Amino acid sequence: MSLNNEMVQEQLIAKFGDQVSQFATSYGMLSFESPKEMNLKVLQFLYDEPSLAFTFLTDICAVNYPNQTGAELVVVYHLHNLKENIRLRYSVSTSLDNTDVYTATKLFESANWMERETYDFFGINFVGHPNLKRILNVDEMDYFPLRKEFPLEDQTRIDKDDEMFGRG
Amino acid sequence: MRPVRFNIHPKEAEIADAIGMGKAPDGVPGDGFFATQLSSVVGLARKNSLWPLPFATSCCGIEFMATMASHYDLSRFGSERVGFSPRQCDLLMVMGTIAKKMAPVLRQVYIQMAEPRWVIAVGACASSGGIFDTYSVLQGIDQVIPVDVYVPGCPPRPEAIIDGFMKIQDLVGQESIRRRNSEQYKALLNSYGIQ
Repeated sequence: MSLNNEMVQEQLIAKFGDQVSQFATSYGMLSFESPKEMNLKVLQFLYDEPSLAFTFLTDICAVNYPNQTGAELVVVYHLHNLKENIRLRYSVSTSLDNTDVYTATKLFESANWMERETYDFFGINFVGHPNLKRILNVDEMDYFPLRKEFPLEDQTRIDKDDEMFGRG
Repeated sequence: MRPVRFNIHPKEAEIADAIGMGKAPDGVPGDGFFATQLSSVVGLARKNSLWPLPFATSCCGIEFMATMASHYDLSRFGSERVGFSPRQCDLLMVMGTIAKKMAPVLRQVYIQMAEPRWVIAVGACASSGGIFDTYSVLQGIDQVIPVDVYVPGCPPRPEAIIDGFMKIQDLVGQESIRRRNSEQYKALLNSYGIQ
């Protein structure tokens, strides 16, 4: 029978036991997480296992949850099994003090630019990345714009008309 | 709602018998000659043959395409030949959102233009960053280059772009010949770090 979310979940739990957790399904897509030290092992298993074959990395992004102390930055990998058309969301969390995450560039070539973008906007240091520098923002920028601590609008502007922006 | 404050007394065009005559500059007319200031003649020649450099980045660029097309023809005003080389153009039309990464490029294009040169900022994004008050958008091109005319709008209608172009024409027609060598102009360029 063709692969489905339950089979993926069973195989992951069989291989990694209680190190993969927080299984949830949203809009038909399975998502789970694991500690950040395991991220390469999990990705490699999902890639190599012939019955799973998640060989397409759709996206790497990050989320900033400022209230979860110790796990403020969450790196999210979106994987896709092209043959069975199953998508998977895998997240690892890291704290603001130590933002090292192992790079997935050896496994997926496309992770190169995706991790550069994640570094550019959230400041996550990908250990072992061949060329970790800013990709979309100005090179001299010293802050990470998409973290929640960075304000949405430029605070130095005094000429913005509040009435026109719906705040008057 | 705030009342409208601008453009409430529009000028009537002087058209008689479906022919509108352009105004000649001040001078002494005569039988076969017309004596006027050199700057007026030079200004007249320059303003009616401005060669624009369209620096079209986003949506305002599309409105510029409409302005150059046959319905709102910008070549009626002399800008038949748009050039994409800054060395050959007089008027830099910046149309669209300029990102902070693009700002040095825009500055380089402006520096490569030869005097006399004018800049028109078309649209809200070029004038002030528009609705994009964010980390990546330059809040107005006048942070990197001096601007002569701003055309508001998001995007401005082709008529508005033409109106801005006509204001540039007014500026060009009345500019003094020595303006580009004056102390004030040099100080302006120095404030932008352009020699």
